[in-house]
Amino acid sequence: MAKLHLENLNKSFGVVEVIPKVNLSIDDGEFVVFVGPSGCGKSTLLRLIAGLEDVTGGDIRIDDISVVDVPAADRGVAMVFQSYALYPHMTVRQNLSFGLENIRMPKPEIENRVETAASLLQIDTLLDRRPKQLSGGQRQRVAIGRAITRDPKIFLFDEPLSNLDAELRVLMRIEITKLHERLGNTMIYVTHDQIEAMTMADKIVVLRDGVIEQVGAPLELYNRPQNEFVAGFIGSPRMNFVSGMLRKQDTVTLSFESPGLPALVLCVESTASLPDVQPATLGVRPEDLLASQDAQTGWPVVVNVLEQHGANSYLHCTLPDGSPVLIHEPGQSNVSRGDVLQVTPRENHWHLFDENGSRIVSGR
Amino acid sequence: MADTVTMGRTMSPRNLLLARRGGKKLHWTDILTYAFLGAGFLIMFLPVLWVVVSSLKTPANLSEFPPTLMPSTAQTSVVEGFKAPLPLFEVTTKDGTTKTLAQIRRVGLNAQMIDPANPEAGKIVVKVADAKPLRKFHLAFENYSELLSSTGGSDIWRYVYNSLFITVIATVITLVMNSMAAFALSKYRFRGSNTALVAILATLMIPATVVLVPVYLIVSELGLVGNLWGVILPTVATPTGVFLLRQYMLTIPDELIEAARMDHASEWRIFWRIILPLSSPALAVVAIFSILSRWNDFLLPLIVLNHRESFTLQLALASYQNENGVQYDQLLAMTTLTALPLAFAFIFLQRYITSGIASTGIK
Repeated sequence: MAKLHLENLNKSFGVVEVIPKVNLSIDDGEFVVFVGPSGCGKSTLLRLIAGLEDVTGGDIRIDDISVVDVPAADRGVAMVFQSYALYPHMTVRQNLSFGLENIRMPKPEIENRVETAASLLQIDTLLDRRPKQLSGGQRQRVAIGRAITRDPKIFLFDEPLSNLDAELRVLMRIEITKLHERLGNTMIYVTHDQIEAMTMADKIVVLRDGVIEQVGAPLELYNRPQNEFVAGFIGSPRMNFVSGMLRKQDTVTLSFESPGLPALVLCVESTASLPDVQPATLGVRPEDLLASQDAQTGWPVVVNVLEQHGANSYLHCTLPDGSPVLIHEPGQSNVSRGDVLQVTPRENHWHLFDENGSRIVSGR
Repeated sequence: MADTVTMGRTMSPRNLLLARRGGKKLHWTDILTYAFLGAGFLIMFLPVLWVVVSSLKTPANLSEFPPTLMPSTAQTSVVEGFKAPLPLFEVTTKDGTTKTLAQIRRVGLNAQMIDPANPEAGKIVVKVADAKPLRKFHLAFENYSELLSSTGGSDIWRYVYNSLFITVIATVITLVMNSMAAFALSKYRFRGSNTALVAILATLMIPATVVLVPVYLIVSELGLVGNLWGVILPTVATPTGVFLLRQYMLTIPDELIEAARMDHASEWRIFWRIILPLSSPALAVVAIFSILSRWNDFLLPLIVLNHRESFTLQLALASYQNENGVQYDQLLAMTTLTALPLAFAFIFLQRYITSGIASTGIK
């Protein structure tokens, strides 16, 4: 059991407030990913949980016990650093056992734990090498192994895959997910890569400027982003945004009008709570835009660049006012540069945000 | 510069000696460089060589003028009827022939000689101007053997022990003290850390001679005059050492220390198990500097160590000079012996010295 609660957690470096106020609870065994652009405070939040930074205000509770004044080593958490932070002058075995020796664990027990962790991560043949003699992926495994030997309540990962090449990153992603399934510990994972977040997380925490923008399951965030920031951040390639005016037509339909574009009629369950007219931003994911050359309705866009990935095609287009629109087409596309297409959002696959970026209504 | 750097990896001694500025032809800068290096080599190495060669000369040979290049000594011969061996001379007789004679004694401008081949012929009086001493090449190793044997009265092993004790103990303490200070200054954030660093560095600007008297006063207040610890303790904290180590430790990532902290390591253990092993290149540099300066130190031992039993080698060297003159033969032999350990240390450690200095980011 390792539940984690953050209560009104606050952190300032001098006069700079990095994390104004964070409230979050994480259940036992959850795989939680903190995601956000660089400088959003996600690593600081992790370091606060780890005990590597002092808390300015608020409380951190692990299993309902406040750990704010507990030293990092005694919090029952283990951290995997971005740079791995392996001790370069020690062999892999010594790296794995260093923490256990420090708590004067009996030798056979240390031996046992090291062997178990090493075989779990398939580094048992590397135990007598030094970190310098290992590849990036192997170092990564050793770093994770070092965390495992300590048998922590909570694993903390600070962008652990950012130093690996793309192919290895995919492999390690799967391995960490498998590891989580096998160990069943609570894990907190920090990344700026939203693909990692989407693929690994039970729960994603999207952060911006130290503020939690949204917490939820990956697909929940994808399908029902609470604001424009989350909508833009989650999903790759990025969601298309068009700003305009939203006008209420009747009880179940809305009309979205953007200057220079034909009005778009959107169906909702009820318009009762909405004002008659308000400025709004329409967000549609690239795969939710239907493009055709023959259609009579929809927005006219000009194809600028065509990216053929084989299985997918991406059309980089522009609206008449010059703003970019990206369209995803499954399979191979037969349009060519300069073609004019008519696009409409797929039924119920759109999002409307108000002036402040908060969601007004989503298609589903 | 770039050429030598790229060549650096496969630089054998032969390539090093024949290194050129690139290309096959000898560039004029090559000639200039080699001329400069050659001149520098001669200027620096010739005095050392002269000391070594002179240490193998007999006292009589040393006092000759003009000095001889090679160590040599007068040829002698044992002649019947005389206890001591007699020096041989080549004498030009009045009829123009030359003979080898042994000199018994010299009286004014004349010398009494005897023919070693035919001693019965009796004494011959020869003018000094006609006699030329016969010499032979001779290495006076007796300078060394006399020095090293305790019967020579020089007690050299005592001085060697004192010097070694001071050098080794002071270096060990220097390393520990300096690295602890450097660890705190590089890895802990505390109020006044910069002030502390600047204060330590500022002491670099004070010449050692200026603080000599205060140091002596402190040492004497502590009752350490004449004690080897009186030389060791004032020198164990060196600003250069602290600075060098701090700069190196700054390059050790903080994440390592954080990882160790999460691994239940105490600060002391982090220092011993993580920081010290990783700073070994910088520690080597500080150790070498410390060994050099402690071994060669003269001024502080001179004022602190006032008994002959506590003399270091350097003091003992100076003590060969007394009111009766200088025993050059012993002095030179001892100088050579004193310089040897450092010379060897440098020859074998120079790789570490340069790489260590380079890696500490100080040029």
